[in-house]
Amino acid sequence: MTQTVSRPEVGAQKAPLPLDVEAIRADFPILSRTVRDGKRLVYLDSGATSQKPLRVLDAERDFYLTCNAAPHRGAHQLAEEATARYEAARATIGAFIGAPAEEVVFTRNSTEAINLVAYALSNAATAKEEQFRRYAVGQGDEIVVTEMEHHANLVPWQQLCERTGATLRWLGLTDDGRLDLSDLGTVVNERTKLVAVTQQSNILGTINPLEDIVARAREVGALVLVDGAQSVPHQPVDVTTLGADFLVFSGHKMLGPTGIGVLWGRYEVLDALPPFLTGGSMIEVVRMEGSTFMPPPQRFEAGVPMTAQAIGLAAAVEYLQQLGMDRVQAHEEALTAYALEKLAEIPGVTVIGPPDTVARGGAVSFTVEGVHPHDVGQVLDDLGVEVRVGHHCAWPVVRRYGVPATTRATFYVHTGYDDIDALADAVREAQRFFGVAPAVTPGEAD
Amino acid sequence: MQLASMYQEIILDHYRNPHGRGLREPFEAEVHHVNPTCGDEVTLRVHLDGDTLADVSYEGMGCSISQASVSAMYELVIGKSVPEALETGEHFMTLMQSKGDAAVAEKLEDELEDAIAFAGVSKYPARIKCALMSWMALKDASARALAATPPTGGDKA
Repeated sequence: MTQTVSRPEVGAQKAPLPLDVEAIRADFPILSRTVRDGKRLVYLDSGATSQKPLRVLDAERDFYLTCNAAPHRGAHQLAEEATARYEAARATIGAFIGAPAEEVVFTRNSTEAINLVAYALSNAATAKEEQFRRYAVGQGDEIVVTEMEHHANLVPWQQLCERTGATLRWLGLTDDGRLDLSDLGTVVNERTKLVAVTQQSNILGTINPLEDIVARAREVGALVLVDGAQSVPHQPVDVTTLGADFLVFSGHKMLGPTGIGVLWGRYEVLDALPPFLTGGSMIEVVRMEGSTFMPPPQRFEAGVPMTAQAIGLAAAVEYLQQLGMDRVQAHEEALTAYALEKLAEIPGVTVIGPPDTVARGGAVSFTVEGVHPHDVGQVLDDLGVEVRVGHHCAWPVVRRYGVPATTRATFYVHTGYDDIDALADAVREAQRFFGVAPAVTPGEAD
Repeated sequence: MQLASMYQEIILDHYRNPHGRGLREPFEAEVHHVNPTCGDEVTLRVHLDGDTLADVSYEGMGCSISQASVSAMYELVIGKSVPEALETGEHFMTLMQSKGDAAVAEKLEDELEDAIAFAGVSKYPARIKCALMSWMALKDASARALAATPPTGGDKA
């Protein structure tokens, strides 16, 4: 076309990226493989699980090669070394979120961490020990969630309510993908025992105003659990300023191994909770008639723990600390701004979620008019662009916005502008393939 | 591009112009099936005449594969007895498990008619469930319809 107007790529601004993408990519060997007949791998699914830098793999391997043993058991040298490394990992991961080690409970992932709290709250009602009954949930009590939650921060609370007779209430969403806090004062009330809310939506990208929610919860004496599965990997999070009682996150979404997650809890609160899983490691004295339990965090870590995974996660945390979480966040914000602009240039594409980068993370969900997200994803995959399609374990969210599913791109430290260009090109190809490419309009250069 | 092997023209035709779509009466059973990993949905009704599938009516939403599959299935099973239709469903399942083996597709070509076009889907494990959803719904609805219908001839359980 011979338009005198500027070409679209001038419209989408490429601010200098805070992270050195090429250097970082060299740390992730998987990114140099190809997919679908030689296509460059464009991995835009870190929100589902992140890739792992060599350093994380090396840390796990080194543990197995040099000091593999069951921590907190046995008095031999390997057991001592394994215990020291496991506990050092706990301290490293705690420091990453501003928490002392004794407030860090290792779980399998965020899902298990949330279930741990939900089961502790119902176990509290029948605990024989007086000190474990403080946070018991029962009939007449209320649990508050939001319509934005991942199923992992919704279904365990539905189940808690079914077990205890408590009532589940929720905060709704606005049309532009934000929490609707207009009825916060009534939804969170004197009956509320706990408010469970995500810090960053895994599907909309929204970063929630936790301070308003925490302040209201404090007024009524409710506990606050923050789902940090999508925030801790992507932005600085400090529990000393968060104001919450619990924070959960998953190692595998933050460059760490699968099978390791964290429940952070305010010590005083953790100490008043009965155990969820019971068995070895978490006991103080066991008699045939009954047992007593260790203080936190051991009380919540039954069985031989995920030692190598914890050590791998600590290595991931150190890697992120070296990059700097401020820079990680700024990097993703620049990419998100660019992606939102590139997608806005494509007629028929609608972003589900906040349209700009204000209080927004890097999960970009969108629909393509006339092409189902599965089919969009299939064309993208054929071009090497790996995204998530479906309801993203947040079915109420897609229902709220009247779409069956979305296509979602998520970014991380190795994502560059070239990845987003590949995404935009592939979306246009999907439109062409399914015959829904809108007619080229003046100003559209391609 | 490998995509063309999955998105055969026949599939796209069924997707754009679905056969037999819409919920109709009478019916003896109605089921609602979903594909929980992605949210594809189908509501499907079965109307029997004896043990013959006199009508299969449906509404659904989802990807091209799931919606084209139910359309192709409709063409294939109307007028068949329930056991015949379920056997066809078994063969469709075999096709879906063939991992793109052309020999399997060739053997089933005559029986599966348009549904043979889904052979390419068998190379994409994540999409097989999309293609099978309607067949699962048919199996479920037929069993319920048979259970709800007083036995007439009694030649098939």
